[in-house]
Amino acid sequence: MRPVLYVLSFLALIALGFWAYRENYATQAALKEVERLQRQISGLREALTVQRAEWAYLNRPDRLRQLATANFDRLGLMPMEPSQFGTAAQVAYPAAKLPEISFTTDIQGTIGSGAEGL
Amino acid sequence: MRTPLRPLARILQARQEGLNPDSIERENLKLRHEAAREKARGRAQLRLMFLCLSFVAAFVSIGARMGLMAATDPVEPRSSAPGAEIIAQRADITDRNGRVLATNMTTHALYAHPKVMVDPKGTAVKLAEIFPELDPKALERRFTDGRSFVWIRKVLSPEQMQRVHEIGDPGLLFGPREMRLYPNGTLAAHVLGGTSFGAEGVHSAEVIGVAGIEKAMDARLRDPAQGGEPLTLSIDLTLQSTIEEVLAAGMGMLNAKGAAAILMDARTGEILALASLPTFDPNDRPNPLVDKNAEPGDSPLFNRAVQGVYELGSTFKIFAVAQAMELGLVNPQTLVDANAPMIWGKHRIKEFEGHNYGPLLAVTDVIAKSSNVGTAHIALMIGPLRQQQFLKSLGFFEPTPVELVEAPGAKPLIPKKWPEIVTITTSYGHGMSASPMHLAAAYAAIANGGVMIKPTLLKREGPTTGVRVMSEKTAEESVKMLRRVVLEGTATLGDVPGYEVAGKTGTADKPKKSGGYYKDKVVNTFASMFPASNPQYVLIVTLDEPQDDTLSQTRRTAGWTAVPVAAEIIRRVAPLMGLRPKLEPVATDAVTAASN
Repeated sequence: MRPVLYVLSFLALIALGFWAYRENYATQAALKEVERLQRQISGLREALTVQRAEWAYLNRPDRLRQLATANFDRLGLMPMEPSQFGTAAQVAYPAAKLPEISFTTDIQGTIGSGAEGL
Repeated sequence: MRTPLRPLARILQARQEGLNPDSIERENLKLRHEAAREKARGRAQLRLMFLCLSFVAAFVSIGARMGLMAATDPVEPRSSAPGAEIIAQRADITDRNGRVLATNMTTHALYAHPKVMVDPKGTAVKLAEIFPELDPKALERRFTDGRSFVWIRKVLSPEQMQRVHEIGDPGLLFGPREMRLYPNGTLAAHVLGGTSFGAEGVHSAEVIGVAGIEKAMDARLRDPAQGGEPLTLSIDLTLQSTIEEVLAAGMGMLNAKGAAAILMDARTGEILALASLPTFDPNDRPNPLVDKNAEPGDSPLFNRAVQGVYELGSTFKIFAVAQAMELGLVNPQTLVDANAPMIWGKHRIKEFEGHNYGPLLAVTDVIAKSSNVGTAHIALMIGPLRQQQFLKSLGFFEPTPVELVEAPGAKPLIPKKWPEIVTITTSYGHGMSASPMHLAAAYAAIANGGVMIKPTLLKREGPTTGVRVMSEKTAEESVKMLRRVVLEGTATLGDVPGYEVAGKTGTADKPKKSGGYYKDKVVNTFASMFPASNPQYVLIVTLDEPQDDTLSQTRRTAGWTAVPVAAEIIRRVAPLMGLRPKLEPVATDAVTAASN
């Protein structure tokens, strides 16, 4: 009985050693990956701040004003004025939807029979 | 092979010889015991040895680990979750809607190790070609006089960096630098202030605020615990830009030396826009003036809205009237003595251009016509002590608490003694100086129904509380009077249809350094609020030395200078804030449209 136990534990030892070896390398690979990702993240963050600065620079009011003036004939942008406020009453109701004509033969139909066609 | 205790051969032999065979047994037993003891001892020794070795191994491994840890450099844990790391860079500054006002950019600084340089002379010449401000001879001297380290430039643009790379000298090195960037250029320059480098190293440099909110909030902006959370200001970029544009146009048209404007939310005390002209670019801050004779106001760095402590003139009159109403001394219809000129001791108090609005004038007309004499009589009714207390409660005796490093330095100029003549002059804004920011805060108290709130440049969340300085009724009456100033008084050019502007003009002669006042140099102020039926915003416009030369006559009163500029600002700014113009009630048609 004993020798079997010895052989089994020896085999288990080898198996555990192999597992530990693999885990070790897998961990190192994962750490390397994390480092690479963190470098990438900080790089992207930096790029993001640059893009944000660029966006703010391109959208600075001075430049927008100049562009609005330069493209006035196309865009017709003017500074906002009090007269541009309207009231709800000035907004037209949406045009009523006309019923679809589904039966062309109904053109000659009598009044009241059109609704059945819809 | 176990030996028997009584071996037969020896027993038989002993018997023959007549010896006791038991002694043989005893002898053998003794030998057997000895052998057993010997064996047990050996085993115990082995165990002790094993235990000993285990301890040695354990202590050696602990000791070795400690030695290793002590001998190696500290390393950050590599497997920490992203986002947990400390963000070392200075926090951004944004406007109230999150638009960037100040941010950081990574650039490089250029330095040199002259000892490893291949061609110091050629490098110096080529560097001077890239950077025209460098002197090639001085640079060459610094490269060759035996020093081992030379700073060349603090900040490089990517193009310049590429050109330096192309020189290709191994002695030229780059260090990463965090640079503060103000993408909007001169916009809100006086609010932002600016930054410069503090302690500098090869690998990094400290960015520190030198003026404005950058310096006032320096600790907050640099605090790593805030995790780079941007600082949100109360400033609105769109409003700020519009106000600066209109103000600059007005300043140019009226030949003014400088101008300032403050737009404030009357309820919360948030400053939506703060402009001071002339302005500067915080990306490239000019140097302060060194000329001793120069006035501080000559430098573009001077923030007129906060640092400009002027006599604010007639804009003060409403405070005397509001206080008298609060104390129950007068009501808007009370007639007061306004017979000009008023003689007080050796002083003569006159009206503008020698008018006489007297002999009696209703309080509401004192404000509408801006009568110095009428205000003086009201102030005398109040008395010096109560007047001082009221002005103190409106914040006129202390620097404004606004978050700019310049603010605590701008102390209002208060007369040391307060005799009755000071009571009289202070009531119409002379003899006592304060900044436009003080005026904005005090007018906000009138506009919001009588509560003095702290002006701020930071976006406020939730409701604001303040100290009540006058009753709601007094505030309401005061606003009505200010509305009359615009409708039929000195500020008729300030009326913007639909926005019910209410306000008060103020014109003050500039004091000479040598004492006395200039005849032809004035500071014009228009303090306004809108819409009068429910005041929400306070706008202060100040022009420094303006004059209106149109209509073949030189005019220097606020009604002709600051008021039209303020009106244009309100006309442009109010729609941007989503303020709907109030339409005059339209007369219903006499004939009703009908169809048959």
